[in-house]
Amino acid sequence: MSLNTQQPGTAADPGTRPGTAAVPRARKNSFSALLNRTPRLRLAALLTAPAGWLVLVYIAALAALLITALWTVDTFTGKVSTTWTFANVIQVLTDPVYQIITLRTIWIALAVTIIDAVIAVPIAFFIAKVATAHWQKILVIAVLMPLWASYLVKAYAWRNVLASGGLLEWMGAPLGVASPGYSETAVILTLAYIWLPYMILPIHAGFEKVPNSLLEASSDLGAKPLKTMRLVMLPILVPSIIAGTIFTFSLSLGDYITAQIVGGTTQMLGTVVYANVGAANNLPFASAVSLVPIVIIMVYLFVVRRTGALNNL
Amino acid sequence: MSQTTLSGVRETTAEVPAIRLRNLTKTFGSKGFNETRAVDGVDLDIRQGEFFSMLGPSGSGKTTVLRLIAGFELPTSGTIELEGADVSGKAPFQRDVNTVFQDYALFPHMSLVDNVAYGLRVRGMKKAERRERAIESLERVQLGKFMQRRPSQLSGGQRQRVALARALVVEPKVLLLDEPLGALDLKLRQQMQIELKELQRSLGITFIFVTHDQEEALTMSDRIGVFNNGKLAQIGTAHEIYQRPTGAFVANFVGTSNLFGPDIAASLYQRGGQFVVRPERLTLDWTASTAKHDGAASLRGTVTSLVYVGHATQVRVALEGGPAVVVLVGSDLPDEASVVGKTVSVSWLDRDAVWLPDGN
Repeated sequence: MSLNTQQPGTAADPGTRPGTAAVPRARKNSFSALLNRTPRLRLAALLTAPAGWLVLVYIAALAALLITALWTVDTFTGKVSTTWTFANVIQVLTDPVYQIITLRTIWIALAVTIIDAVIAVPIAFFIAKVATAHWQKILVIAVLMPLWASYLVKAYAWRNVLASGGLLEWMGAPLGVASPGYSETAVILTLAYIWLPYMILPIHAGFEKVPNSLLEASSDLGAKPLKTMRLVMLPILVPSIIAGTIFTFSLSLGDYITAQIVGGTTQMLGTVVYANVGAANNLPFASAVSLVPIVIIMVYLFVVRRTGALNNL
Repeated sequence: MSQTTLSGVRETTAEVPAIRLRNLTKTFGSKGFNETRAVDGVDLDIRQGEFFSMLGPSGSGKTTVLRLIAGFELPTSGTIELEGADVSGKAPFQRDVNTVFQDYALFPHMSLVDNVAYGLRVRGMKKAERRERAIESLERVQLGKFMQRRPSQLSGGQRQRVALARALVVEPKVLLLDEPLGALDLKLRQQMQIELKELQRSLGITFIFVTHDQEEALTMSDRIGVFNNGKLAQIGTAHEIYQRPTGAFVANFVGTSNLFGPDIAASLYQRGGQFVVRPERLTLDWTASTAKHDGAASLRGTVTSLVYVGHATQVRVALEGGPAVVVLVGSDLPDEASVVGKTVSVSWLDRDAVWLPDGN
């Protein structure tokens, strides 16, 4: 066998036969070349848009919120007056009503997060490590599917399920299980359902990153499956699970729609904000209340930062 | 036979093979659709304390056999016996064999000492003792001073040693090694080959070593099993495999072989069949004079290319009316520029011709 050592396209008289034209060379492009020579210009060009977006939309909005919280409302005219005061913030922090609502909101967010973590780990394990390649795709789509439906539709669907005479009561009756009705439990159930995909996806990604040979090595060294799960899988998965909890915890913490639809009289921080923006027409107080979940989330992020979970988002 | 003596000590005599495979078959895919027979009816006895290599090209089934012995795959049919006891359907954690993985499979979240102690931990050994044994095992592979490090802080060769220490600390009956030296550079690989062989000799444990590198297999093994298409092509010592290959596949896969067809056999030796001659057994005559003394054969040919391999030069010669052969020339070549295209003669002693059995 002999190799044809002639370069394609270098044959005499290029271009007459099909497939023998010379390979095109890069054209002179002074702007690309300039960017290539000056890294600082390149960096500036790349960062202008995202930096502008970050400052304008995110930091400016947060600053406005903080400033508004320090203003007050003229009770007589109902107009925001720009007198500086800490009264709103102090009331949110000291009034027992708001303290209870804050604690309840944290409790609901924690319960939702724990329920989702417990459900998501086996599902993610099944998708990533047990199912065949074909079924993996189908199952990931099945997990994502509920995200395509409107949040409101899902919340109202649960309202029907939880209603007296609804699906849950009908199914639970033979077992002696009563529907929780419209209550705090209903809020937890509904939120756990709605945010579940946000927990499954990062954990699934985490499982995918664990090579099968680690599981085989563990089994090879004498560990039964549950020990392998506890000593090998879970420690490696901790950052992924925390990444999932950041989603479910923060999303639950700020929720107000589900609480209104299935919560009955259950008040959460979100519903307080909503009520103050709308009915009570007290924007400064709403801003002060909304600072609470922001602070909680910042504390949470600060605590989990050291686990490396933020690299998994 | 394995038996429990009166003193309660389990004694094993040398007659029972460490591993016995009988008609072992493994198919992947669904029947009749995309079914592949990765392992096809393998019968194999691996003796106690033996360094056995499974050699073959990619996809020849050698790694699948190893995974079947370890228990990561279950056989479609056939049996696996470990020291006389049938383990065919048992889970990996129920088998007294341990594996050194190709990618080492060290636990990234544990220090070296925790990695090595893992096997003892899951078997319920006390912390102080398993730590002591793990350190001892790490010191045996010269990594005692790194015991608090994470696997990611080690080089490839060091990880390989940790994987070895981790598998050996639980005192397996058989150690399985799945191309463990594949990712190492040549110098390190040669050093590890010697160390592995010495380790195996001093421990007396049966080693089953999977490799696609024929030189590695020849250097280290007591016996070699050559795999091709899920079947065992030949089992024998390195010497037997190299000097007396039983088929064209083995002759070509293990070292370079020059295969002569039936027509040349008929014209030179007046008999049928094929034979092979190793490159180092061929001699080259630059003056193209065909030696015709007794017990030697000779053919003329044209030099087509040269490959310099350091200690010698491989000269490729297209024989007249025969195959292209490779001749290993140790001495200096005459006037290198003019060698290609030159007419030469290639000769060999009749006793260096290895006849292949018919039908291969």
